[in-house]
Amino acid sequence: MTRTVWDRHGVHIAGVAETALGEVHGQTELSMFAAAAREALSEAGMTLRDVDGLFVNYMGEEGTVQVGEYLGVTAPRYVDSTDIGGAAFEAFVHHAMLAVAEGRCEVALIGYASRQRTRRARSVGGGAVDTDSLAAQFQSPYGLPAPIGHYAMMAARHMHQYGTTPEQLAEVAVAARSWARLNLKAWSRDPLTVEQALAGRMISTPLRRSDCCLVTDGGAAVVVTTAERARDARKPSVRVLGAGESQTHWHLASMPDMTVTAGAVSAREAFGMAGITAADVDVLQPYDSFTITVLLALEDLGFCAKGEGGAFVADGRLAPGGALPAMTSGGGLSYNHPGALGALLLVEAVRQVRGEAGDRQVPGAEIAVAHGVGGYNSTASTVVLAR
Amino acid sequence: MTEAYGDAVTAPFWAAAGQELLLQRCDSCGAHQFYPRPFCLACDHDGLSWTPASGTGVIYSRTEVRVKVRPELVPPYTVAVVALAEGPRMTTLVVGDDGEPGPTCEIGDAVEVAWMPRTDAPPLPVFRRSA
Repeated sequence: MTRTVWDRHGVHIAGVAETALGEVHGQTELSMFAAAAREALSEAGMTLRDVDGLFVNYMGEEGTVQVGEYLGVTAPRYVDSTDIGGAAFEAFVHHAMLAVAEGRCEVALIGYASRQRTRRARSVGGGAVDTDSLAAQFQSPYGLPAPIGHYAMMAARHMHQYGTTPEQLAEVAVAARSWARLNLKAWSRDPLTVEQALAGRMISTPLRRSDCCLVTDGGAAVVVTTAERARDARKPSVRVLGAGESQTHWHLASMPDMTVTAGAVSAREAFGMAGITAADVDVLQPYDSFTITVLLALEDLGFCAKGEGGAFVADGRLAPGGALPAMTSGGGLSYNHPGALGALLLVEAVRQVRGEAGDRQVPGAEIAVAHGVGGYNSTASTVVLAR
Repeated sequence: MTEAYGDAVTAPFWAAAGQELLLQRCDSCGAHQFYPRPFCLACDHDGLSWTPASGTGVIYSRTEVRVKVRPELVPPYTVAVVALAEGPRMTTLVVGDDGEPGPTCEIGDAVEVAWMPRTDAPPLPVFRRSA
């Protein structure tokens, strides 16, 4: 296939690593991240001494500061703790790409670690809010479970507007599980059928248990650097062809259209920079916080027309052997979801284009897309990677 | 309550709660907006006036909640986003003729505002299906 990919910046991902996953005992978030960072840097042929850019959030107050101190990265030239939830990590690649291309840093370390499962840190109350905040005045009193209720409303609207069915949402969960069965690191590996998914407990209509991601411990580290520095890497480095980010809303009632996400802008920007279209993508890592998140992203990224996501995912299109391999690690639905999934999406995307994904390798994968989502489908960021 | 509920921009909305559903209306372009802000989102004009809304709208989306979120709300109950007749959308609870949460509804159903009393705050705007 002839592709007009555009390697404008010469920025690469030279190393990736997962933290310990699942239920992590005997480690702290900082020790988990340190291990992943050192492993990712080792892939890149580097050590912590080489890091001069730090892109971290959700690991203690003040963004990058505590991680930097812990790692001994005490004089970085560039720091960024962009706070857009699970989408922060693809946005970090965007920012690191520009910083590296401009020479503002040369070795950017991106990452995250969480022990949200062992800490039992999640509840559907959505956490405390300031009593005089807008959310406390106009949203919290109504008892919408967070985040699932927000996504449930989007799913209900999509069903109403386009005839999307619960079976079609279940297809997304089944595809993720099919991939997870090929990944020894996946948390949920039991077989799952559409029928089993639809028999699961309803939580917030129309979303059932199987429409929701896992709550696990985990995280990842990613090293972004120049093409020149990437030549010393111990594994093939991966080119960053494009990246983009956007946001739409915070309060659910302010979402301009419940069937359109910030992915429409983030993908337009990323694909435009990369000079590709959805048709060029060999393997997709969408943010599968909920099944509906994937369906909306498929439409907003241009894999199908708006409203056609339900029909698009039928017949195993996203599953092993399907036309658009997606969630190939098993995703947030079946592999791991540490609260912010974006960094793990980058790890899987890199491994697929390197051709090192083992039983779940997509044959000949050249172009991978990682698509992060944050908040209540509030934010999105998209990264295009190529061999 | 000795102090106004809400914040400096939203206080008029809450002062009228239980009596009237107030929206801001732009003095220049006539657009309504919710939640309140000190400028018009549609045309950037500075001048806005508080205006009683019709209190009617249609269900834009809704979810029946089957899990416990707040101590005072016993599942199942329906949370909705209502498109007000004036344009803006509000997140809300769907209540029955008895004023209690619980009834379901469908997207597109016509609804009208009702007020749910609260002990520590002004009445909360909720919606019930129009007769």
